Amino acid sequence: METNIKLRVSQIEKSFPGVKALDKIDFAVKKGTVHVLCGENGAGKSTLMKIINGIYQPDSGQIFIDEKPVKINNPMQAKNLGISMIFQELNYVPEMTVEENVFLGNLPVNKFGKVNWKEVRERTKALLEAENLPYSPTTLLKDLTVSDIQMLEIIKAVSNKSEIIIMDEPTSAITLKEVEKLFQKIRELKARGVSIIYISHKLDEIFQIADEITVFRDGTVVDSRPKDQLDIETVISLMVGRKLTNTYPKEEAPIGENLLEVENLNSTGVFYDVNFHVKKGEIVGFAGLVGAGRTEVMRALFGLDPITSGNVKIKGKKVNIKKVKDSIENGMVMLSEDRRRYGIIPMRSVKENTTISDLKKVFYRFRNHSNVERKIVSEMFKTLKVKTPTLETVIASLSGGNQQKVLLAKWMLRNPDILILDEPTRGIDVGAKYEIYKLMNGFVQEGKAVIMVSSELPELIGMCDRIYVMSKGTITGELKREEFSQELIMKYATGTLTSNEVK
Amino acid sequence: MDFRSNFWSTFKKKYSIYMILTILFVVCSFANENFLSVNNLTNISRQLAVTTILAFGETMLIISGMLDLSAGSVLALSGVFSVYVYKNGASLLVAVLVGILTGIICNLINVLMISTFKAPPFIATLSMMTMARGLALLFTKGQNILQLGDYVILGQGSIGVIPIPVIFLAAIAVLTWYILNHTRFGRSLYAVGGNEEAAIASGINVHKVKYLAFVINGIFVGLAGVLFMSRVNAGLPNGAINYEFTALTAAIIGGTSFSGGIGTAGGTLAGAFIVGFLDNIMNLTNVDSYVQQIIRGAIIAFAVIYDIRSKNKRTKSMLGRIEDKQPEKKTA
Repeated sequence: METNIKLRVSQIEKSFPGVKALDKIDFAVKKGTVHVLCGENGAGKSTLMKIINGIYQPDSGQIFIDEKPVKINNPMQAKNLGISMIFQELNYVPEMTVEENVFLGNLPVNKFGKVNWKEVRERTKALLEAENLPYSPTTLLKDLTVSDIQMLEIIKAVSNKSEIIIMDEPTSAITLKEVEKLFQKIRELKARGVSIIYISHKLDEIFQIADEITVFRDGTVVDSRPKDQLDIETVISLMVGRKLTNTYPKEEAPIGENLLEVENLNSTGVFYDVNFHVKKGEIVGFAGLVGAGRTEVMRALFGLDPITSGNVKIKGKKVNIKKVKDSIENGMVMLSEDRRRYGIIPMRSVKENTTISDLKKVFYRFRNHSNVERKIVSEMFKTLKVKTPTLETVIASLSGGNQQKVLLAKWMLRNPDILILDEPTRGIDVGAKYEIYKLMNGFVQEGKAVIMVSSELPELIGMCDRIYVMSKGTITGELKREEFSQELIMKYATGTLTSNEVK
Repeated sequence: MDFRSNFWSTFKKKYSIYMILTILFVVCSFANENFLSVNNLTNISRQLAVTTILAFGETMLIISGMLDLSAGSVLALSGVFSVYVYKNGASLLVAVLVGILTGIICNLINVLMISTFKAPPFIATLSMMTMARGLALLFTKGQNILQLGDYVILGQGSIGVIPIPVIFLAAIAVLTWYILNHTRFGRSLYAVGGNEEAAIASGINVHKVKYLAFVINGIFVGLAGVLFMSRVNAGLPNGAINYEFTALTAAIIGGTSFSGGIGTAGGTLAGAFIVGFLDNIMNLTNVDSYVQQIIRGAIIAFAVIYDIRSKNKRTKSMLGRIEDKQPEKKTA
């Protein structure tokens, strides 16, 4: 055995009612390296991390730190052993200050239990300075960006003298620039001898940062190798157990007349002079940095937020969208970027979550026709390949990818003409992504249209017929398929170029 | 094996409340010979009718993420108005309608504060609780209205052995079940309470749902007011104090979740009868009335802890679950 192994797990097994989540897992992380875990949702990565962090107990198997066997009963013990976990969904109290957050659960007190705020202030200040973070100890968390808070979590881990930091999908909600900052920090941590376990679905990123890669599938480790012995294609095929011939299965669809026309859409202080159109058979992308106003335009268009002025035409007819119902009745639906907040009704069944969009289909003649309801839902699930144990299963117990497909099923039930997808593949695995792309293809081939807002340029470039780029609340560029390039999109997105200059 | 344990957990979750009710019924029957008498059972039901009707209104409100603390006071106000018009020569039907109308108006004010002005339901209905009670006392100058004549038939009469309030109770129970299971509005209640923002983004008119929920609650409260005054043969401006809490207790014990989105009509009915049976058996076996209060409180705590624990179990298994093995991949 090599001597520089920081963390090793041996023959870990864990079952949940009905499923074997982890089957005899062996896995080791070297000191001062970045070890990336990949695998589809439900492959067992998160379960293993939760065992290492003490949230779950393994059924059998052993964990070693510095080759000494340890038992981790709870996250507090994990922390004492030098293990910190940074979760995908950052939980924080918005009204809390930076210093309170840094010392949360760890406040220095005198012997009467009085907090020594002076010490807190000074230590936080020193920490922020040492890490080159520009905000003050008294800044409120609600005034920080997701990336700032993430950085804070990292320095918190560092201040706890963590030697193993687990990061679960750390880049799922931050911008490209912030990713760069994060990677810089990870490299610094590595240099200090910290071991990092990094879970991600974003394969291009993985190869930028990884030293070693371990691929999970169905609760087992399929392969674990240094990065240079692997490439993206291999990793994908290891993950899904087959070769995906094409990550973006773009198919051409005949383009027809205008389905949606948006003229001079304004919302004071949010976006201005937004003009675009979408034709039958098109997948139209919206690119831009976080905060460029893409989601805001879509929300307003869908009737969730008010519009100050502007015209919207669907199929050449002017429509007045004041609430969501107006939009739905005109054949336009939207899948929100924030599945938990605007999508699922967590404690209700997948069946109810599906038919909620069109209750008239299952409630008529004074009663609920439950057999009809079950039938249309199961047919829709079959088409969309939703995997759920039963139709009565509570939606929160499904994986992200399947939840997303249930939400798609909900809208497909309305047989819409225009489908707005805001970050449709965020946080879901390669297999489910692929299925969602296929679905978009099938959809536009029926003479309908898709608007896709995405922060992943390869996805936009791979799937779209046209891309609009937004910057600071308005559209700054429009690109046809033959003009697509990441560089050009980024230029429009950062506002260094506008379409007027080009044409 | 797995199938069986799954089956059991679903079965237990769905039917445990009815099993508890049945067991309690059997235990009570053995504990005291008077319990099973027709007289006793009709009495229990008659006493339960008023608060259980309130409980159905509360159930719908809690499912949609709200609640009504004003139920007891509005009940008294509705009852007092109804009794007053009856004493002044209105027909029984008109008197009943006046009671119901009063319930509706107070609840429209509730929902105006909640849905239109975005006041938290707890505070809005708390203010209505105080206002309605004050109005009832002001209107009657604090005096009870006595001798209601034929008005008492609604609360004291029977058809065969079945007391009339119990018939109303049964009708409202069926109505609530029907609303929750067989109407778009019912399904929307669960959606609004489960995740209001998702409900809005699904095209549900959340305002309408909330208004309707309170109007229905108003009808139930108004009707309960008529039945209550009729049973005690008086218009009591100080009557039915704290009835909302008895109603909330029934809903909670019946499995309605205060985080919204979960609850059933059957559960609430069972919850009400569990409380009713317990009170009754404690009376029959001469348990000290102060002790009774303590026990009742402890049962609420028990029900809520049970609810939270079973919910936690569910979320825990959610977190680590491997929900979907990947599909059999046939494509290349």
